[in-house]
Order: sequence, then structure tokens, then C-alpha cells
Amino acid sequence: MQRIGVFVCHCGTNIAATVDVKAVAEALGREPGVIVSQDYQYMCSESGQNLVKNAIKEHKLTGVVVCSCSPRMHENTFRNAAASAGLNPYLVEIANIREQCSWIHKDIASATEKAIILGKAAVAKVHLNAPLTAGESPVVKRALVIGGGIAGIQTALDIAEAGFDVDIVEKKPTIGGKMAQIDKTFPTLDCAACILTPKMVEASQNEHITIHSYSEVADVKGFVGNFTVTIKKKARFVDETKCTGCGLCTEKCPMKKVPNEFNMGFDNRSAIYIPFAQAVPKVATIDPNNCMMMKTGKCGVCSKVCSAGAIDYKQEDRLIEQQYGAIVVATGFEPIKLDKYDEFAYNQCPDVVTSLELERLMNAAGPNGGTLLRPSDKTHPHKIVFVQCVGSRCDDSKGKPYCSKICCMYTAKHAMLIREKYPDTEVYVFYIDVRTPGKNFDEFYRRAVEQYNVHYIKGMVGKVTPRSDGKIDVQASDLLANEQLHIDADMVVLAAAIEPDKTARPLATMLTTQMDTNDFFTEAHPKLRPVESATAGIFLSGACQGPKDIPETVAQASAAAAKAIVLLVKNSITCNPCVAHSDELMCNGCSSCEKVCPYGAITYIDKEFKMPDRTIAVRRVASVNPAVCQGCGACTVACPSGAMDLNGFSNSQIIAEVDAICK
Amino acid sequence: METFTYYPGCTLRTKAKTLDVYARASAKALGIGLEEPADWQCCGGAYTTAKDEIATKLSAVRTLNAAKTAGRPLITVCSACHNVIKQTNYDISHDDEMASKVNSYLGLDEPYCGEATVYHYLEMLRDVIGFDELAKKVVNPLTGKKIAAYYGCLLLRPSKALAMDDPENPTIIEDFIRALGGTPVIYAQRNECCGGYIALEDKAQAQKRSNSVMKSAEDQGAEMVITACPLCMYNLRKNGGSALPVYYFTEILAEALGVKGDDNE
Repeated sequence: MQRIGVFVCHCGTNIAATVDVKAVAEALGREPGVIVSQDYQYMCSESGQNLVKNAIKEHKLTGVVVCSCSPRMHENTFRNAAASAGLNPYLVEIANIREQCSWIHKDIASATEKAIILGKAAVAKVHLNAPLTAGESPVVKRALVIGGGIAGIQTALDIAEAGFDVDIVEKKPTIGGKMAQIDKTFPTLDCAACILTPKMVEASQNEHITIHSYSEVADVKGFVGNFTVTIKKKARFVDETKCTGCGLCTEKCPMKKVPNEFNMGFDNRSAIYIPFAQAVPKVATIDPNNCMMMKTGKCGVCSKVCSAGAIDYKQEDRLIEQQYGAIVVATGFEPIKLDKYDEFAYNQCPDVVTSLELERLMNAAGPNGGTLLRPSDKTHPHKIVFVQCVGSRCDDSKGKPYCSKICCMYTAKHAMLIREKYPDTEVYVFYIDVRTPGKNFDEFYRRAVEQYNVHYIKGMVGKVTPRSDGKIDVQASDLLANEQLHIDADMVVLAAAIEPDKTARPLATMLTTQMDTNDFFTEAHPKLRPVESATAGIFLSGACQGPKDIPETVAQASAAAAKAIVLLVKNSITCNPCVAHSDELMCNGCSSCEKVCPYGAITYIDKEFKMPDRTIAVRRVASVNPAVCQGCGACTVACPSGAMDLNGFSNSQIIAEVDAICK
Repeated sequence: METFTYYPGCTLRTKAKTLDVYARASAKALGIGLEEPADWQCCGGAYTTAKDEIATKLSAVRTLNAAKTAGRPLITVCSACHNVIKQTNYDISHDDEMASKVNSYLGLDEPYCGEATVYHYLEMLRDVIGFDELAKKVVNPLTGKKIAAYYGCLLLRPSKALAMDDPENPTIIEDFIRALGGTPVIYAQRNECCGGYIALEDKAQAQKRSNSVMKSAEDQGAEMVITACPLCMYNLRKNGGSALPVYYFTEILAEALGVKGDDNE
């Protein structure tokens, strides 16, 4: 006979305000096998856990049901409590009467009734629970960081400093990301390159860090502690080990009319190029879409001038495979495309630019050597209008519903830098709200208004009309003065919303991690586990998780590194024992389970069986690799003969739960 | 020959005869049949945004129901008529309360719930005939003509209901101009309001609006402006303060198709 204990949590008023917890404890106390049933204000607290532990010892319990919050929250807490009291942790069941009951209901009577039913189902299940023992699997002491912007670089440096090998996979020819394109950083106005490039160099020189630039993650297999990742090293047609980065090939290349991505297309680069002077690794890359040799087979100038003999027109994409214990995602962000915002004439007028484009126009290493000139006629602009929230905080399908967070501050920075360098230039900023939470942020914004006389106008720009005389008519409303304005501007700067990089979604599929509706990676808990994904062993760094400025990105990057290090220092990790297993006598080797297994955990073996007539027959049966199985249960549903079953969630346990609910 | 139910609207019988005449002539040249419902009425004039204002939408529903009964998509030409009819059709198919009120007023044989398909003449050219096919039928290409497309406000908005093109960055009339061999001129004010009915009450305001449209088109080097709206035509011509000629889109269509002389109806 089972001896089951039921523990009903009030969760302060979270549960107790809607569910009559005493009535639940009383009703479940009458269930068969239940010998003790109690309620308590906070079951997860130390005294609440002691209540469970003492009851296990005192009543020699063989099963425990905790009616509380979601198992995602505290299942482990109560399993550990049970284990410390000598009960197998897998004999604990959680009935979720908070998220699935008290939080979503208003009527006390019906919520109480539902809580009792959920409790009964858990009691019915625990009757059939079997003790399970978790196995162990080794941890590969190497980490992968996907994305080589400031987030990925910081994470890699921190992991390397702890003594672990770490690989950075970066899709572009150089690491550095968006920060490499930025001129100055808020709120201190220090030079972005001066704080970023030393870190890039540090990453390239660290003996523990390997940089796979111009590479992509092609496939991910395995699980926490033991991922197998295929990395596609795209052919750059230059031997990285031979190229010295001298740049002679880029000077001699006859094809010089390729828009330079790094300078946002404001100038041109050659077909063989090094993205910028401080690129890491400093090796050339041939852009095959523009290279004469690749397109027509006639040229070969770079090959002739390269004294290192690094040019290899026949180079092909290469796949390499590597094992990792932990993976950190640091894929970053992109500004949105502005095609749907033609009221701002972005596609019509070259002097309407995005803020990232302005960064390049103002950058000392940019197309104009740091002098701000209009792209159209290279004249000095005397009146500049900034438009904030272009695509951010939008309630329609055109834009993004969220605040992009960084735009208020960088716009204040741009406005201030322009007023500082060109006091004869008038600067207008149109805003919905100015949002400046952050250390020294509001002081920074106020300096732009008070010290630098930037005209901040609450209201939005309705129409931007380029004129043939070169001026741009900006029609806007001033909501505080309640009047319509027309400004004859020389330039318009749009603070475009930011969105996750396009590679994030396919990557999330490979990693089996979750994303939100905006394609930002979802953290395991919005407050308490901000740098872990819900998939074990996958960590999140930087803007791939949500809009972030540089200080926040770096903080999160180091936090993600710390979490990855916590995993890597372990020699082995406990596996989930709730995995599938096949009853070989019932299995007919049909392959249905293999086809649905998303983890590739099922293989088939030919096994000898003694038949009833004493003959030996060889039959093909399914075999589950418990280290790879994630316990999703897809195979148990697909199996036509009922041979597949899942430990901890057996078919009989689930039927028992359903029966208890329907009784 | 494909035949559509054709709704001209009142203005096309009075002030905007040319819009109608060239629409018919061109359709004939393109092998499209246009059949007017026997007893059509005014579209309702302007679409009222009051949710409970049903009466002014009834005549639009009658037209829609005529198309439904005839079993043919409805073609409109005038921007204002199109806006009223298409919005009414959208609302009646998305708002059950409105549909039930309208149907209790009208007492039709069978209730009308948004079954008809509404095309603007330009959409018919784009989606039924196709601009590539249209280009093949052009006999007098408008080569070298710099033409500014004026959308105004009614043709594209509200974009959810009208679903014709991107309201901020439309391409349909520019593609139409290209099909006729002309060169479209992109100018910022092409989808701004001309002033509309405010011309009756505050002429200065209409002049300001129309003038900014005409100046913007002129500024970008346009040689002519085309529109689908009789009210826009009025404002741009009378209140635009510009020497730039304004034509209906159907007129340049008829010219390109070589049927401009056939307007003897």
C-alpha cells in the first residue's frame, strides 16, 4: 500500500486568494493512499520544505504530491527536499494550481473544485511512479560563441580567462560587429574603436580562443555538455594562414566599384577587400559576385601581386565538426529596413539617412574622414532633423511593438556631437518620449538640451518632402505648442528600430531554443535566469535576447560567460532519467519512432529472441540512447504497438491522471 | 471577353465625363466588357466614420448587391466611389452588427454580407489583365513623357480595407505609367490630400494643399499629373496654382491604346 503525502501551498495570496487551500488539503486527504495532507503559506520556503521532509521521515512516505506553482518553477526544489529526506526524487509530483488554476480563475468555488481535481490527478499518477536514477554524462570542456560582436567577444574572453577553450563563429570576414561601425559611445563620448579594437586583438591573440570568421553554424546535434556542431567555413578564396593582411591586393584590384558595406554604401571597396583597417583577422576576402576572375576567368591581378601566395581561386566551402559543452548565442541585431516608411522619403532622397549611416558619415575612419557632409552634394548641412521611434513602438504591422531602447541615447549623442563640432548647425529632435534610464543617461540628455541647445520637440514628423533646390521640407507637429511646423532641413536622420539578426530564427531551430514573436531569443526566466535559454547548455549574450546598449550587452555577455563556465567546470552532469525506452517484446521494428525523434536518439538493432517453440529468432527492435533522448514523448505517441514508453510519464500514468480528472 | 459590373458614379455623368468615356473606350480596346447595373444610385458621397451611421452606406450596399446578383466583380473608377464602396464592403463582411442592421433596412431577397469582389479600374489592369499584357497592347507609347502619379488620400487608405497598395510607398500607378511607355516621376506629396471638400468652406486651405502637391511634382520634373479622382482633378486644376496639366489616368490610357479619338459616346 502506498503512503502518500499531499502538501498544498498558499503562495501567499497567489493561490490562497482564489483557491480554498484548506478545502483542497482536506479533500485530497480523503484520496486512497493519502495518509497526510497539509497546507502551508510558502511551501518553497525553508520551513515549508522542512514540513515535507519531516512528513517523509515521520510517516515513511512512498510518494509526495505538492499542489503549488508550475513544475518549471519549483519541481527541482521539492525533488531535492525529498532526496535529502531519503525519498527518490522522482516519487514527487507537482499539481500546478497557480498558473493553471488560481491565476486564471476568479470564482473561488470553481477554482477550488479545479484545484482538487488537479490534485487528484497528481495523486493518481504518483501511485504509479517508480523510483528513477539519473545517469551521468561527461562535459566537453570547450565552448562555442555564435557571433563576434562586442557581446560574443566579451563572452569568449571571459570563458577563455577561466581556462577553457572557446571558438567564435562570425559570419562576416571580421569580428567587431556593429560596435566597430560606431564613432563614439554614450554617455561618456569615448571613442568606440579605442575600447573595442583592443578587445578584438586580445581575442585573436588569446591561446584559448579560436576565431572562425566568415563562417556559419550549419548544424547542431547533441545536448548539454556534449553538442556536436558543424561549422561552415565559407570560401574566402584567400588562405588565412598565408595572408599577411598587407592590403596590396586590395589596392591593385581593378574592380573598385563595389558598395562598401562597412561604410553603409557611402563609398566603394574593391572586389578583394579587408573590411576595415583594424579588422580581425586581418586577412583579405574575395567577394565572388564582383571578382572579375571568378566571374569571367580573366584578371588574376591579386594572385600576381600577392607575395605570400595566399590567393586561391579554387577554394571551396569547408565543413568542420567540433564538440562543445556549452553554446552561447550572441547574434546581435540589425536596424529594420525602412521601405514601409516612405513618408520619410528614405528611398527618394540621399540626404535622408539612418542613424547607423550617420555614424559612418561622422566617423574619422568613414567616407568623409570625419567631416559631416551631405551625401548628395558633399556640402555642410546647416539644419538637421532627427526623427525618433521610426518603426519602434508601432501598433501596426509596419513596425515593431517594442521600444528599441538605444535610440533616445544615441540620438542625443549625435545631436550633441554635431552641435559641438559645428555650432552653426541647428539640430531638431522629434520624439514621442525621451527615455533615458541608465547611469548618467538623463544628465547626458539634459546636457544636449541645456548646454548644446538642441531643439527637442515633442511630436512626430508626418511628411518629408525633398525639393529640387536640395532642401528637405519636414512637416511635423509640435504637440506641446499645438502647432504644425515646416522645417527646411539639409539632412534628416531616422532612428530606425532594431530587430534581431536574420540568422537568429534558423539558428533557434537548430538549437531547439525558444524565440518570442519578435524573434528575440527567450530567456529561461525573465527575472531570475536572464542569460540562460530554456534549453540546457544554451546561453544568451547581448541584443539577440532584446534591445540593449553597450554597457548592458557587456554585462550580459559576462553573465552568460559565467553561466557557461559553471557548466564547463563540471566533469559530468546529471542526465534526465525521464527518457523513453522500448519494450523489445512488443516492438516490431516498424521505424515509426525513429522518424519522429527530433534528437536522433533511436536506432535499430538486430537481437536474438527465444521464441515460445524454443527456436531462436532474430528480430529488429528499437533501441533508445538515453544520453541523447530528451524525453519529449513523441515516439510514445507514434508507436503503433505501444512498445515505446517514457519513464516518469508512462502511458499508464497519463491514463490514470485522465481517469482521475474525468471521474 | 471578360465582363464586369461597372459602377461609374454620379460625377462621371456630369463633371468627370472624360474619366468615364476613356475608361469605357480603353476597356473595349482591351477586350473587357463593362456592364452598368440598371438602376445604380450615388455611392453615398463620402464615407462616414461614425460606426452607427448606416443610412448613408445603404446605397453602396445596393450597388454591391447588384454585382453579387450579376455574379461579376464590381469595377469602380472614381477614387471617392471606390473608397466608399470598398470600405462598406469591408465593414459589412467584418462587422456582424452592421450587416444585420443594413439587411434589416434593405430587406433584400437574400441578405448581403460582403460577397462581391470590388476592383478599382487600376487593380483590374494590374491583377486581371496584367501590366505586361497591357504594355503589349499599347500602340502610341508615351515614350519620354515624365508623368507624376497623384494618388491622393482616398485611393489607398485605409489600407487594411482598400488593400490596393502600400499607402506610403505605392507603385501601382507608376507601374501603369511604365506599361504605357512613360516615365513615372516619384515625388513626396503624391499620396497627400488635395484638400478635398474643404475647398467649399476654406478655399485658402485647399489652395495650400493642392499647391504643395503640384509644386512637389513640378519640382521633381514632371510634365503632367494624372489622377483617378474628380475632386482631386478639380482642386489640382483650380486651386493648384500651377501650369502643369492634370489628366485622368484613363485619358492617357486611351491615348496609349490609340482609342482617344473614339470618344463619341
